[in-house]
Amino acid sequence: MYALCIASALLALVPLLLIFYHTISLGAGALNVDFFTKLPKPVGEPGGGLGNAIVGTLILVGLGSLLGLPVGIFAGIYLSEFGKNKFGMTVRFMTDVLNGVPSIVTGVVAYTIVVLPAKHFSAYAGGVALGILMIPIITRTTEEMLKTVPNSYREAALALGIPQWKTTLRIIFPAALGGIVTGIMLAVARAAGETAPLLFTALNNRFWHTTLDQPIASLTVFIYNYGVSPFEDWIAQAWAGALVLILLILILSIAVRVATRQRF
Amino acid sequence: MVLLLIALMAYEMYASSTVSIQKFGWGFLTSSKWDPVMDEYGALPFIYGTLVSSFIALVIALPVGVGIAVFLTELAPRWIERPFSFFVELLAGIPSIVYGLWGFFVMVPWIRTTVEPFLSGHFGSIPLFTGAPYGVGMLAAGTILSIMILPIISSISRDVLKAVPIAQKEAALALGSTRWEATRIALSYSRSGIIGATILGLGRAFGETMAVTMVIGNRPVIKASLFEPAYTMASVLANEFTEATSELYISALIEIALVLFVVALLVNAAARLLVWSFTRSSDAGGRF
Repeated sequence: MYALCIASALLALVPLLLIFYHTISLGAGALNVDFFTKLPKPVGEPGGGLGNAIVGTLILVGLGSLLGLPVGIFAGIYLSEFGKNKFGMTVRFMTDVLNGVPSIVTGVVAYTIVVLPAKHFSAYAGGVALGILMIPIITRTTEEMLKTVPNSYREAALALGIPQWKTTLRIIFPAALGGIVTGIMLAVARAAGETAPLLFTALNNRFWHTTLDQPIASLTVFIYNYGVSPFEDWIAQAWAGALVLILLILILSIAVRVATRQRF
Repeated sequence: MVLLLIALMAYEMYASSTVSIQKFGWGFLTSSKWDPVMDEYGALPFIYGTLVSSFIALVIALPVGVGIAVFLTELAPRWIERPFSFFVELLAGIPSIVYGLWGFFVMVPWIRTTVEPFLSGHFGSIPLFTGAPYGVGMLAAGTILSIMILPIISSISRDVLKAVPIAQKEAALALGSTRWEATRIALSYSRSGIIGATILGLGRAFGETMAVTMVIGNRPVIKASLFEPAYTMASVLANEFTEATSELYISALIEIALVLFVVALLVNAAARLLVWSFTRSSDAGGRF
């Protein structure tokens, strides 16, 4: 039976290695400077890149963070510092549940909140969808990190006559900052890799962006559109996009690992 | 704020789908007719597709995931355990669109040329494994989902197994049981936690969109064979939302999202309660 356990562990590594292998072997070919700086070319014309999509992903994640960071961090502070009652338990529970809500549903919600009233797709809508996704991740990691700050810090600060809010903001929060940044990076990595909620909120765009009130391109949506297209150079660019995404996430996860190992 | 958000999400979707709710009533959930041209909508094929593909994923991922958890907690030395858990968690970090791309170009051809002919050759008498090997279809969707939910199941099972009081295992070993028998006792002790992990995995599989959309074939039909193309709730949203023209069409799609939302809420709530009740009771148990 133990042999079966080892076998299943090895089996889990197979798809991981295969995905890395294929993404690198198929994506590296189309990866060059143009890929990061040029606009996509029409079908049939060789060259071009996904520069606008990469910028678009950054903008969307930035918009998402504008919504997700404050709400997530304050909810986390609340849960850790004042959340030891029934209401806190409920909020904690609902945060976990919110974390499990399918991302496409978040997209539909952003659609009904932002797109329907405005009557057109926009970067704002995509940002709202990503922000909703980021909130539960940031809330939970903030809470966990604040809880690792020793209670003696709180007691010492309060004993010195510092008011509670100042204790929380100026002493507890900075002490846990490293861990909170880790959580934020995880949330950013997740948001950057999301496609489903962007399909019908941010839509897509083949040009550079001028305002946030118009449809905006993102790397993931481009991978999807190019991946299911029948054109070979588009498919190659989709693989290159996937490679960029995977590398981004790999770097972020390793950074998170290193950061947390030093602390604990 | 978080509570408000959930309430707002539910309300917005309900409000936007009233047109379709009023027109079709509960029949929406049981009708299998999906015909945008005639403006007739029923969600059954999508519900069926979501359930079956997620079920296939569980059948594959549960034994493997629990196997990994046992391997990590009982067998692996520390220097293997840490990098290995990192790799498995990396699987969770890969964006679903990359799974989709990989599934579409690598896994689907493999299923078409190797897995499906093998299955229909050896088990062709079972209706599950009949029909032409398209590659894309229920089987491909279930397989890619199983890879995607594996990290959830294995990492939570690992945490749950670690929460088993060491005294339980020591007692079993002291009574003369073998190592494997002691592991089995630990497994049965953590049963409810592992069930919780499974349900969480199921919740993720329900909502998975991009990867499934790219490999399932996207045809709203209910067929017995796993080789046939199908459709899920999440992928119909992804595919048809931007194309929906009539008000009723959009409203029907939003109602599907509402169904998905409610299912995800229920599944997650149940799973969290199970995992919580387990870890809390084991905290109390570990203290004596």
